[in-house]
Order: sequence, then structure tokens, then C-alpha cells
Amino acid sequence: MAYKTIIEDEIDILVAGAGLGGTGAAFEARYWGKNKKIVIAEKANIMRSGAVAQGLYAINCYMGTRFGENNPEDHVRYARIDLMGMVREDLAFDMARHVDSTVHNFEEWGLPIMRNEKKGSYLREGRWQIMIHGESYKPIVAEAAKKSADKVFNRVCITHLLMDDSKENRVAGAVGFNVRTGNYHVFKSKTVICGAGGASNIFKPRSVGEGAGRVWYAPWSSGSAYGLMIEAGAKMTQMENRIVLARFKDGYGPVGAYFLHLKTYTQNAYGEEYESKWFPALQEMVGKEYLDPEVSHRTHRPIPTCLRNHAIISEVNAGRGPIHMVTMEAFQDPHLEEIGWHNFLGMTVGQAVLWAATDVDPKYENPELTTSEPYVMGSHATGCGAWCSGPEDVSPPEYYWGYNRMTTVEGLFGAGDAVGGTPHAFSSGSFTEGRLAAKAACKYIDDGKGEGIVVSDKQIADLKEKIYKPLETHRVYSNEVVAGSVNPNFINPRQGLDRLQKLMDEYCGGFGVNYMTNDKLLNIGLKKMYLLGQDLEKVAASDIHELLRAWELKHRFLTSESVFHHTLFRKETRWPGYYYRGDAMKLDDENWHVLTVSRRDPKTGEYTMEKAPLYHLVGDIEKAAPEGH
Amino acid sequence: MPTFVYMTRCDGCGECVDICPSDIMHIDKTLRRAYNIEPNMCWECYSCVKACPHQAIDVRGYADFAPLGHSVRVIRDEDKGTIAWRIKFRNGKKDMELLAPITTKPWGSATPKLADEPAPSKEMRDSELLFNEPKYIRMDEGGLHTLESNGLTIKKGVYY
Repeated sequence: MAYKTIIEDEIDILVAGAGLGGTGAAFEARYWGKNKKIVIAEKANIMRSGAVAQGLYAINCYMGTRFGENNPEDHVRYARIDLMGMVREDLAFDMARHVDSTVHNFEEWGLPIMRNEKKGSYLREGRWQIMIHGESYKPIVAEAAKKSADKVFNRVCITHLLMDDSKENRVAGAVGFNVRTGNYHVFKSKTVICGAGGASNIFKPRSVGEGAGRVWYAPWSSGSAYGLMIEAGAKMTQMENRIVLARFKDGYGPVGAYFLHLKTYTQNAYGEEYESKWFPALQEMVGKEYLDPEVSHRTHRPIPTCLRNHAIISEVNAGRGPIHMVTMEAFQDPHLEEIGWHNFLGMTVGQAVLWAATDVDPKYENPELTTSEPYVMGSHATGCGAWCSGPEDVSPPEYYWGYNRMTTVEGLFGAGDAVGGTPHAFSSGSFTEGRLAAKAACKYIDDGKGEGIVVSDKQIADLKEKIYKPLETHRVYSNEVVAGSVNPNFINPRQGLDRLQKLMDEYCGGFGVNYMTNDKLLNIGLKKMYLLGQDLEKVAASDIHELLRAWELKHRFLTSESVFHHTLFRKETRWPGYYYRGDAMKLDDENWHVLTVSRRDPKTGEYTMEKAPLYHLVGDIEKAAPEGH
Repeated sequence: MPTFVYMTRCDGCGECVDICPSDIMHIDKTLRRAYNIEPNMCWECYSCVKACPHQAIDVRGYADFAPLGHSVRVIRDEDKGTIAWRIKFRNGKKDMELLAPITTKPWGSATPKLADEPAPSKEMRDSELLFNEPKYIRMDEGGLHTLESNGLTIKKGVYY
């Protein structure tokens, strides 16, 4: 295997993975680093990569301070209640106070944002969401990133971060391979902004066979944000906080515009409202502070996403499924009907394909909903990711170590799914986080923090051997058998993925066990994960494409292992409807009103877990709340 | 579901190979035309369908839940700045055409080149402001929100 080694040296800012977070980073970095060398490495093509590749029909995070709509702290309060209290409020506030400037830039670049003709403001889908014609959202922002970057390496999959050989715990760049040529790419860089993605396909999906790709989050979101950073020894937070989505069945078409704009609603199979009857028992589990339908009704405080899932799951288990979205009323209005279809075509074409294939016309039939398999990510209604420093003027001491969005590894920054504790960032917030990380990375370099980095030839050579090992394994052992995929010496990436998904589903609270787990199941699961980890040393790839799948699998594995440890650590059921700890079925604020933080020792693979204090923004609303709340 | 490629329309140009986010559109070495090598990693995102200059790529819904006989076709036109869809139901009862804008500006013309922007001052560097801020936050002369400006403190404990 004579793959060339291609070294890109003297990079200042390497953007590893360029979805919305990474493009935001590359774009902004040029402003603060006029003469800095900015390089993007992306495993696909930045014009259509990341979770927004397909487009979006809404921007879900926009304050509208310009139109007097919301302040940043209002959004923090929303994220706080939606995530059952577990948010890095410094990071969330920081993102929210900048996000509008991002959106106003997007509009200037040509992103079509719908207007409310009467008010002159953007057309609101809900309190935080604005509606867009976003088919070309990604190519538009990618164009801006391309203009800022010195070089864009499309089709280079980053597999590992490089570490400084002269100073412990400092990043030195990254390595990977070109998925077309197979060549080995070495990026020596003073800083790395990890814009890689969260994780789909780590829990067994509901769809089988060909449909396994119709996951809610993009199938190419391989948990690389977490895989890369965990392996480098960065601390992670809230990795137990996986998300389950209530979506249109099979196609996983979005429901946001349906609920908020089209005013559709749900009912059980027998046409009954079902949600409220589950709330008294649920209130026993989580406490009145988190679920108070009366207050929600009065003040429009949202019912947390997970709790609404809980009602669906419970109703289906009680034998009154499926849950339907009542579209037949709204769709009588031809304008709303058109929006309903546009909404899918703009971001989940597969749902339109499915309704066309099954003759489901929502004008005459109320489509089915379902709860999805869980996903691990950090920008939707969930906050998995790295433990990052916040901004100087907002963060308390425990959350601040000098550079905004820098992880606990020096010089390694995060954006989008990579940053933990910042749910509800969505596309615009992820791009904004990239911008914040880029400014901070430039400052880190200007402060001289990236000087004197040493990367030994040995580190480069060792990583090269490691990257291509699956090809070597295949070359050595494949001819031992006549033909076929069964070999006693190795597994292929698909076989490994199947095992991971089954394991996560059965032991870590997937849909197959109604999202239930406990300490015993998690410990058994971890034992099996250990064995899978050993087998992944023997994963084999027959070609470069399969090598890509092999490394995606390894990133998914590292993500999953972290999810196991975090889920075991948090001994409570914080998010009923996302998952349940059968051995601790209540929310426990006395012991667990904290953020969970983990670190995997890069040398030994051992995990250590700790609790980090939870800070909240306190303003007039909080001061007026009852004592102790 | 995935995508599939019509034999008679594909000329093997590789636009789909270049754009597929999942790296599953490859050129068949014998036929010299593109095909989907891994349907169960296809998101039906239509990136390849939109990129194909010959409309050679189409989608047939995932076999595990989508019956045959439907069609969702698309033409994306950067010059016109539009995307045109046609949805046909299996039973033939619904045949919809939908049109949407993809941009408000001539394609690729409106993104800025930040290298040409004036360099930020030291004061700006030492602040919490980003490019185009504070102007672009509210499109007025107002400043950035801070804890102080918004009457907030950040405290440990249990608050709702």
C-alpha cells in the first residue's frame, strides 16, 4: 500500500469537519487572523456536508432583539426548562447574544428568509424559529467559508488529533486520509477547531435493511466530534443526555412547523387527547418545578421535549397507539398545505417520498408519529459534547480557563455538536459558536500559546500505521476463506456497527427496550463494549471506502463508550422520555442538580467521572420564583 | 432508498460522486457510470439528484417501508435561483408541482471576502464582539448584551 504522506505545515487554524460549526469558524477566523493560515479538512464536500447538507426550512435559533421579540436570557430559560435544568448557561447566553448577527449576515449573503408582511419582521414559526427557503443554506455558508480559508481539503477524513510531543495536553494538528486517493494527510497546526458531527446510528435504528439510512440525524454524522476529542483526552460533559425525537413515522419528517405554524396537534389512535392524563404521575417523578401544566398553560412555559415523548411512549404502551398528527384540519387551507409539503422538501425529502409511496395525503388522513431511536449530539434539544471554557465576562471560575470554547486540551476548540451543555443552538447557533471559537483561537495564537510545538516523526508514522491497519488486516486474512464476509480473524465495519447498535439498544436504553436501562444492564453492556473494543482492533477494510466506514465506526464506538459511563454515573431519571434508569426512576435534584464531566485517560483508556456545579442566570424572574426555586 | 442511476442517461461525469455527503455514489469500473454502492447509508438527501446535469439520478423509497410506484423529482437552477419539485403519488391521485427560491442574490456573488475588510482594532479584539458587531446584532447602534446590561447574575444552586 504505497499511499503518499502529504504534510501541510505551519497552519494556524485547522478546522476539522466543516458543517455549520466548522464553516462559521473558518469564515470568522479570517477577520481576526488576517495573515493566519486557515485550513479546512472535511470528509465530504463542504458544499453539501454536515447535518444541513440537505437544507433546512427553518432557523430554529433566532432571538429577534432587533424586532423587540426576545432577549438572550429568555432563550437560556427556554433551554433550561427544556433540558430539565441541565445547561451550561454561560455558553448558552453567549451564543444567544451573538446569534442574531449571524442570521443577519446569512440574509445578506442571499439566504431567503421569509418575512411577516404586516410586522416587517421575520416570519415566525414559533417563539424561537423563523422560516426560510433553505434548500441552499449549506452551499451559501460554505461559499463564505471557502472565501476565508487558505485551503479546503474536501474528502479528507480526520481520524486522529496530533498532540504536542514537547508539552503535555496540547494539540498540534490532526491526521487523516483522503477517501478517494487513499493518501495520508498530516496537518500540523497551532490550533484545531473541531467542527465534526454528533452521532447517528449508534443505537439500533427502527428501520431495517435498506432503510437503515433513514435516520433522523444524518447517517454521516459519525460521532467524530466526540471520537476525536475523547481520544485526545478532552473532558466531556452530559454525554448521557441522548435525544429521542417524536417524528412522522419511518420518514422522520420534521414536526416543528406542523405544531407551531400549521397548528396541527396530536391524538391517540382513538381520537383522544392523551398527554394530560400522563402528567400527574410524571409530575411525581420529576417534581412540580419541572412539570406544572397549569403554569405552562398560564405563562406559555414549554413542556420539556422529553416529557412530551414520555406521554407518547406511555400511551403507546397502554395499547392506544399509534399517535397521529392531526393534519386534516390545517391542510384544508391550500396555503398551509403547500407549506406542509415545502417543509419536507426543504429538509427531509424522504418523508415526501414516503407519503407519495404510501398515498398518504395529510389533507384526508392524519399521519402516524413515532418516537425515534436515540441520538447523541449537542445542538438540538440535547447538550452532549466537550467541556469547554466560556466567555470571560459571563463565566464563573469553574467554567472559565482563558479562551472561549476551548476544551480542556490546550489549543483544541469546539463548535456545534462538539461543545457540551449548549442545547438549542441548531444551525445558526452552531455557526455562531464556530465564530466565537475562531476569535478565541486567534487570540490564543497571538498570545503565543501555540509556540514551540513539536510533532515527532514517530507520532506521524505510528498514526499512519494505525490508520491503514484495517486494510492490512483484510489483506492478510481475507484469502484464508473461500469467499464471503465470514472470517474468523476479523469483522467488517458493517458487522461491527450492527453489534454496536444492538448493544446500545439493549443495554443503554434504546427503542427496543422502551428506553429503559439500569446499573446492572449498563455494567453488562460495558463488559460487552470492552470486547467490542478489542474486536475493533481487528476490523478489516477491503477498500478505501470501507476504511472510511471503519474509522467512522471507531468514532461511534468511543462516543458510545462515553455514553455508557455517563449514563451509569448519573443515578437518576433526569429526562423521562429520553431514557429511564429503572433503579432510580425519579429526578433527584438533591444529588444530581449538576453537570456530569468525564475524562478518558488516553494512555490507559480508564474513565474518571466527576460532578461539576450548575450555575444559572438569575434575573427578576428567578428572584420572583418561590423560595428555593 | 435510495438513489439509483438510469443507465441510458448517465455519462459518468462524476458530479454525484463529487457531492455525495455519504461517499456512496461511485463510478462502476466496467460500465463507467455512477451507482449507489451502499443504499443503507443513503439519507435520500437528494444532493446527487440535484447535482446531476442529466437528471440521471432518481430515488426509489426505502424498500423496508416504501411501496413502489411513486416519484419525487427535482430541478435545482442556480442561475434562476430556484428549485422546482414534482411529487407524484403511487395511486396517481396527487400530482403536485412546487417551486421555491434558493437564494435572493445572483449565485455566489454576495458572500464577503473577510481578507479585504479593514482589520479590527485592539479595542475590538479585547471586546466580546464578532465581525460586523455590534451593528448586526440589532441593526442599530445598540451594544452587545451582557449580564450587567440585562440585570443578571450567574449563581450556583437550583433555580427555575
